[in-house]
Amino acid sequence: MPIEILMPALSPTMTEGTLASWQKNEGDKVEPGDVIAEIETDKATMEVEAVDEGVLGKILVPAGSEHVAVNTRIALLLAEGEDASALDEAAAQPSTPLAERQGNGAAQPTQARQTEAEPAEAKSEAPQDGGDRIIASPLARRMAKQAGLDLKALRGSGPHGRIIKVDIEAALAAGKGRAAAGETPAAAEPPAPSPATAPPAGGFEEIPLNNMRKTIARRLTEAKRDIPHFYLEVDVEIDALLRIRADLNARVGADYKLSVNDFVIKACAVALKRVPNANASFGGDKIYKYQDVDISVAVAIDGGLITPVLRHADQKGLATISNEMKALAARARDGKLQPEEYQGGGFTISNLGMYGIKAFQAVINPPQACILAVGAGEERPVVKDGALAVANVVTLNLSVDHRVVDGALGAEVLGQIKSVLEDPMALLL
Amino acid sequence: MAETADVAVVGGGPGGYVAAIRAAQLGLKTVLVEREHLGGICLNWGCIPTKALLRSGEVFDLMHHLGEFGFAADNLRYDFKAVIKRSRRVADQLSRGVAHLLKKNKVQVIDGEARLAGKHRLAVKTKKSDGETVEAKHIILATGARARQLPGLEADGKLVWTYKEAMVPQAIPKSLLVVGSGAIGIEFASFYRSMGAEVTVIEVVDRILPVEDAEISAFAQKQLEKRGMRLETGATVKKLEPGRDAVKVSVELQGGKAETITVDRVILAVGIVGNTEHLGLEGTGVEVERGHIKVDPYLRTGEPGVYAIGDVVGAPWLAHKASHEGVLCVEQIAGVEGLHPMDITKIPGCTYCTPQVASVGLTEAAAKEAGYDIKVGRFPFIGNGKAIALGEPDGMVKTVFDAATGELLGAHMVGAEVTELIQGYVLARQLEATELDLMHTIFPHPTLSEMMHESVLDAYGRAIHF
Repeated sequence: MPIEILMPALSPTMTEGTLASWQKNEGDKVEPGDVIAEIETDKATMEVEAVDEGVLGKILVPAGSEHVAVNTRIALLLAEGEDASALDEAAAQPSTPLAERQGNGAAQPTQARQTEAEPAEAKSEAPQDGGDRIIASPLARRMAKQAGLDLKALRGSGPHGRIIKVDIEAALAAGKGRAAAGETPAAAEPPAPSPATAPPAGGFEEIPLNNMRKTIARRLTEAKRDIPHFYLEVDVEIDALLRIRADLNARVGADYKLSVNDFVIKACAVALKRVPNANASFGGDKIYKYQDVDISVAVAIDGGLITPVLRHADQKGLATISNEMKALAARARDGKLQPEEYQGGGFTISNLGMYGIKAFQAVINPPQACILAVGAGEERPVVKDGALAVANVVTLNLSVDHRVVDGALGAEVLGQIKSVLEDPMALLL
Repeated sequence: MAETADVAVVGGGPGGYVAAIRAAQLGLKTVLVEREHLGGICLNWGCIPTKALLRSGEVFDLMHHLGEFGFAADNLRYDFKAVIKRSRRVADQLSRGVAHLLKKNKVQVIDGEARLAGKHRLAVKTKKSDGETVEAKHIILATGARARQLPGLEADGKLVWTYKEAMVPQAIPKSLLVVGSGAIGIEFASFYRSMGAEVTVIEVVDRILPVEDAEISAFAQKQLEKRGMRLETGATVKKLEPGRDAVKVSVELQGGKAETITVDRVILAVGIVGNTEHLGLEGTGVEVERGHIKVDPYLRTGEPGVYAIGDVVGAPWLAHKASHEGVLCVEQIAGVEGLHPMDITKIPGCTYCTPQVASVGLTEAAAKEAGYDIKVGRFPFIGNGKAIALGEPDGMVKTVFDAATGELLGAHMVGAEVTELIQGYVLARQLEATELDLMHTIFPHPTLSEMMHESVLDAYGRAIHF
């Protein structure tokens, strides 16, 4: 019977890992202590040493395989005198139950300390397999239900693979759950009332939340709580922009009226085209990089706000952007936007310049990674060549999801936006 | 002569001996070095002998209430020597039990004092020789702790005691002052009060049993005062002046008023400090911070191959926490899968004064501070049939739930036998029961445990019997 080599646990908490490479090929002779494979986790790469002597008979899990569960059979080792024909039979067999595998040929990572005499009860069970019954604690079940998490997609770290609170917390931290973008009302179960705050003392009017308000409350709470925000701020001189805008708007027969915001939309689109890694969103264990440059623009409407999307903004001229934006904003105010007109988008602009706001920081619009907060354009003193001068300046603030975009990348995007706005003529090049 | 082992444990208290037995169960060759007696403070000078003393105190208390139960007796008195003797006998019996368990599990026990002496090596001083060496891949320090002494507040062993002298007095002092109202201080105060001493407790914090829920502290304080104890909170001891056979204690009471109290004996119970000295830690990666060894969630110190568990790594200073750390540490060494770091909110705490106090998890204040929207349930002993039949109508059970998920965040109890009851809530926390699971659980009637059910129901406005 060939010896089974199992996926080792490199740490007490490891449940799965990537089989990075095989250091031995099928047919190679293996001595105890030989490095046979490399295992990768999110934290480290470690070598797997052979415990037994033999010939590497069959590799069951190819190099580069991800999410290999601990204790999965990854290869079969032929003991001396064993025939290769034993392999097919062994490979076809289901994995031996854990309790029977103790201490014989399981490969060990260099630093793992496993003892031969470890009794079966010491090992926790492998992940739950087979059967429809999901083993989860009552608290884990309720938390999963409230968060819209599918328990089937989770691995339990409790006794016998039971899904417990920490597993739900880990899944939520990794951005799983709430994938169902639809409504997941918080109060799913009657005995668990949603965390309502007590009414204030004194006189007040009670205003029930409409669906938009509920969505804003939920999504932005999640965003501010779960997304590691950081903020980048830059001042942009827009004198050149204002001149060009005036020139273009003054043209005879112009069927458009460009706003500063239209230039901002164009600048963001160009910047994302130039820095495509920022046109992305966080996906738990992956990053989604968008192929299209679609810009969401926050529009204030009665009782809330909505973010219609200007699609393929990088491929559109200023006049098209301007006219499309006007139409979208008008439909938004009339409550006539179709879902496809406000869903999606890879980047959001929120402009409070018309209210005279100098600068502000916006909450990221999930699942996007960046939102640009645009302040008012105003004349400000600036220093040029060592002397004071007056320039039209607008302050831009970029809120960034650090899980997707790091500081340097964020700075690059904001720098590109600034350079387009300060020198719009260069767009002709 | 050098011994080689997989695991060497330094200290045979409830942390060390449990770690050693678990290591042996996992097939690791294990050596345990103990300098004094197996079972450690817990078994010899702590948990166990005090429970024996407190039991005697309870019996004497009960004797004073015989009339309530339809009995009469005159001339109630006690043989104090016999009370102490019983306590020592209980401790000895259990200590011998530990020796047997270690032997049964093939743990090699060395009587001696160990210190780190290089990588994977201990130098052990025994009665017979100075220079024994134990080599072990993994060394677990489980050296425990001792009573903290504050400058100006030092025990002299005669009139000013620590727990050790308080456990084996020659006679019951007529008057006693206890400094500190944590579990140790309050238990001694309770025992000596039961035995007839006039007892004063000085606590610097504004309430007794400061780690407990504030409501429980207040309830316990009232009950202890009813028993004739004087409890001064928000007060500090300024000076101790031991004389020939009495101690003058200068106290600053809450509000700044000074008072001098003269008592026969003083017990110092102002906390605990880890036994980190003479362990050869100098020059190793083991870090000591505020009297305790620093460890990671799996009890690893900064020195590879060296671990620390129990009181020596810090609060909560509880035997069951030490034992659990011992098991976790050893299983981690053996590569057992599926381990989780210990969650402090799942460690129960018990104080065996009269009335008893027991708790697990977050207090109401801590839960609020952690940002939970909470639901709180309470149930008084007076509403429970068994409590009334027992003649124990004073007490309460309080539960704290997370309103959003129904998680039992904490449970806090005061009253008869609550130290035996708390385990039900500990289990609920460990198994992650929600309020519904607890509501659907059937509690036997008539028992004190029914109050645990009612408290949960009360948190959701559904209590039946109150």
